[in-house]
Amino acid sequence: MIDWLLLFSNAAQEIISPTTAAYALAALGLAVHFGFTGLLNFGQAGFMALGAYGYAIATLTFGWPVWGAVLFGIVASIVFALILGVPTLRLRADYLAIVTIAAAEILRLLFTTNTFEPVTGSANGLQGYKGGFEDLNPIPAGTYGFGPWVYNEYDWWVRIFGWGLVALAALITWRLMKSPWGRVIKGIREDEDAVRALGKNVYFYKMQSLIIGGVFGSLAGMIFILPRAVVPSNYQTSLTFFIYAILLLGGAATVLGPILGSVVFWVLLSFFSGFVARAVEAGWLPFMSSVQAGQLRFILVGVAIMLIVIYRPQGILGNKKELAFVK
Amino acid sequence: MAHAASSPPARKARRLVVSLFATVFAALSLSLASPAAADEVGLDEYDFRIFGIVELDDAPLEDVRLVITGSGFEVEVETDAEGRWAVGVPDKADYNVTLDEESLPEGIAVIDEEDETPNVREVTVGQSGSTVANFFIGEGERNTVSYVDQVLDRVFNGLNFGLLLALAAIGLSLIFGTTGLSNFAHAEMITFGGLMTLLFGVFLDVPIWLAIPIALVLSGLFGWANDAAIWKPLRRRGVGLIPLMIVSIGLSLAVRYVYQYFIGGGTSQLPGATDTTNSVGLFGLTWVDVASMAVSVVVLLGVAYFLLGTRIGKATRAVSDNPALAAASGIDVDRVIRIVWIMSGALAGLSGILWAYFRPGVSWDMGFQILLLTFAAVTLGGLGTAFGALVGSLVVGMFVEISTLWIPSDMKYVGALVILIIVLLIRPQGILGRRERIG
Amino acid sequence: MSSSAGANGAPVKSTGLHVGEPAPGVKKVDPIIVADGIKRQFGGLTAVDVEHLEIPRGAITALIGPNGAGKTTLFNLLTGFDKPNEGTWTFDGQSISGVPAFRVARKGQVRTFQLTKALGLLTVLDNMKLGAKGQSGESLARALFPWFWRKEEQEIEARAIDLLTRFKLDAKKDDYAASLSGGQRKLLEMARALMSQPTLVMLDEPMAGVNPALTQSLLDHILDLKKEGMTVLFVEHDMHMVRHIADWVVVMAEGRVVAEGDPHEVMANPAVIDAYLGSHHDQDLGDPDTGVVTAIKELADDDADESKH
Repeated sequence: MIDWLLLFSNAAQEIISPTTAAYALAALGLAVHFGFTGLLNFGQAGFMALGAYGYAIATLTFGWPVWGAVLFGIVASIVFALILGVPTLRLRADYLAIVTIAAAEILRLLFTTNTFEPVTGSANGLQGYKGGFEDLNPIPAGTYGFGPWVYNEYDWWVRIFGWGLVALAALITWRLMKSPWGRVIKGIREDEDAVRALGKNVYFYKMQSLIIGGVFGSLAGMIFILPRAVVPSNYQTSLTFFIYAILLLGGAATVLGPILGSVVFWVLLSFFSGFVARAVEAGWLPFMSSVQAGQLRFILVGVAIMLIVIYRPQGILGNKKELAFVK
Repeated sequence: MAHAASSPPARKARRLVVSLFATVFAALSLSLASPAAADEVGLDEYDFRIFGIVELDDAPLEDVRLVITGSGFEVEVETDAEGRWAVGVPDKADYNVTLDEESLPEGIAVIDEEDETPNVREVTVGQSGSTVANFFIGEGERNTVSYVDQVLDRVFNGLNFGLLLALAAIGLSLIFGTTGLSNFAHAEMITFGGLMTLLFGVFLDVPIWLAIPIALVLSGLFGWANDAAIWKPLRRRGVGLIPLMIVSIGLSLAVRYVYQYFIGGGTSQLPGATDTTNSVGLFGLTWVDVASMAVSVVVLLGVAYFLLGTRIGKATRAVSDNPALAAASGIDVDRVIRIVWIMSGALAGLSGILWAYFRPGVSWDMGFQILLLTFAAVTLGGLGTAFGALVGSLVVGMFVEISTLWIPSDMKYVGALVILIIVLLIRPQGILGRRERIG
Repeated sequence: MSSSAGANGAPVKSTGLHVGEPAPGVKKVDPIIVADGIKRQFGGLTAVDVEHLEIPRGAITALIGPNGAGKTTLFNLLTGFDKPNEGTWTFDGQSISGVPAFRVARKGQVRTFQLTKALGLLTVLDNMKLGAKGQSGESLARALFPWFWRKEEQEIEARAIDLLTRFKLDAKKDDYAASLSGGQRKLLEMARALMSQPTLVMLDEPMAGVNPALTQSLLDHILDLKKEGMTVLFVEHDMHMVRHIADWVVVMAEGRVVAEGDPHEVMANPAVIDAYLGSHHDQDLGDPDTGVVTAIKELADDDADESKH
């Protein structure tokens, strides 16, 4: 029999899990790129990898304190944005897509190769970088919470820190998009030539947008590794596609959409995966093995991306009138 | 080298170590699982493992480099202070373990009188999920390939790879040219060719000479079905190019995992793919490689004739250059697009079959593995130009293979992608593209 | 709106703009744009080949010519949206050859587009506000702190509403620009260009696709620009309108300037009639593209072959 309570409680845990926060922040970065500016960044996984590795390497190899490591990850993503942006932001939109996806793969391959094993840990990745962050934890040791949300002091610290960062980023994005700067950015999304004809340095604005969204991605990468280890295979192209699914689900040109999208995405995915896995165990789906059940979620995400783009391009929170979609 | 002082007769009898203890040692090192060291690669990531120990007369040799390849997977490892190494591998399959003799101490080599290339061992990861690969090491002459031979070897490999890449890239480029779609699901059309050949040639036991044409016909149909079921209706709805691109990403993800759902995460071989007995004896080529190149060249010439010599080919070029004008001048744009999809499907399918022989192996994500290289080739050559895609593919193929002479082979794709970015920096329209194409 | 019209209702024409006989490349008394040896080629086709051209300040100049004459290409070149193969040009005495489009705009030379570029998913008011130059809130660092730019924003908004009222778009200020009609978008684009307080306004086919009811109001707006001291350069097909409002006409054909002068005189010029009649069978090929032309010619040849058999 299926333990429904367990399924619901697992799904409920996803609401505040640090992974959900990390995806929400990465999707918010992508919203700045894609939803507000119209930049097709397909390398968000690369920005996340830079945040994760930047933080871990600065801590482990250079022995830097937490703030230094965070700064290092941020600077790395800014440099990455500049490298991507300088050659491509003057070109047609699809060039940026190809270059960003390629650059993210380059990063992943560089983090995976044995050549830099002493620094990157190659395919095994890195761990043991959490000490500094743990020391900053103001919560006294113990177990807290209620219902399905019962965690120890470290887990709560990760969640509070992660969601705090998401809230801060959302506030910044909201402020920016309400400002004249945001007006220029949205104008570029609509028609960059028109904005250029009004005397705005479009290239410069696109670069700023690429950097801001990239830094959000980098911070998301740091949240992502707080409850786990840094493993290069986490930063594949499909990570970027998952974040796109979240962004489209919530609404590409909204501030709260990516956050809501991430929560909905993970809750549904957890519930669905859990349900199918239990159903297979219970023999309800005799034609399916438990391994196959695990793959269903990817098929589902793929189909969901297609359906949202075709039938509800504005996402959950997007305004139907403001289609909020790049042409 | 405390152990090096073993008795002279023993050394004379045979200067080798086949360590029976290797298994024990390696197993021990695995159970201790010291974090992240060069001597253990990918153990956490993959379920299966190959391991061993490199010793000379009971003395461990440190920093000896080994390359493990097979079923489309490649990994490098170096021995630790005890001479041990272990790698994780993705499948239960055959792997080649190559010991890099350059990394052995001076005057030491891998020796085995019965084997022409004793520094390469073929091992099979079977039911147990792990296997041992050890070498006979002693004083002797190294089995090195001359530098020129290495270069030629790589050039021909690169040519082969570039040609099969071109088959996929031309289809991608034609679709982009005629419909404006950057089709990420092209990867799944590549995989489809390999999968169908596997289905008919292996699972259904159809002879391979028949299985391949069947697979190609089905690939063409698959291309047509893609267009008819998804892209044509979306064009009718007037969905923009960027949403279309994202739909193709969703489609790619869904189809790829549908493949995995049915064939699993492993790698299966097509008939004759891993047969090493059919070597041509030149540049490390096998007859399969030669056939692959010949087929590619013939098909590419056919495509060129189609585009330049036939009526529908000319119409295709016209649609590619300016769809609105082409439609205005009486060309049936829908028909052209349909033919382009069928052709691209068949070309991608063929590319997949050849890729399955090249890697070697058929796996659920084999197309996705070269999707970025295909995009790189198309972009390098100039978006939307068929002949640019060919040139771009050859450049990418050659570069990927030849660069392994200087950079570690697990970074060979990095080089090709870096080239892509550099070319965009200095010549954004691509090698054959026209300047006017940049938006 | 007809404040610039003379006693009899016809607009007041500026005269005495040129020095010497009106011929292609004639000197102007006070030129705002001076272009020299501008050549732009697409593949093998020469789209623009202008030896010398001066645009008079404070007047309304029309750039006319048959389709494919290179008018829009010349527009793109002068505004920095395209780069010529060779040539130099100045605006207000400063060289702006090779200067990026946004810098050209900042110098006071603002353009509109043939296909209107109203920013559809921005409100009408936001479209207008975007036009204002030198906003401090457009800098990333200050954008986060509204108190730096709130006052300026209010001033811009007041100016925007003022202009919108003039263009009779004030009722639509909170609508998305995408919901406007074609003619209203043309008006919005012109009003938005005026937000930047330009010295030269370049209008690419301002009347195209505008319903007749709105044309008169558009013409009046163009005349108003001159009255406010701005220079206007516009591309147009309709000879009637050109004759009505333009002080000076430049005629292009096959990339060259073939005639210049007072609208009435130019219309009688044989070279102009030739340019129009001689090319009436020409079709607008969009982007001149040798590849597609060849492919289509080949197809036509095939058809001819087939019909023979």
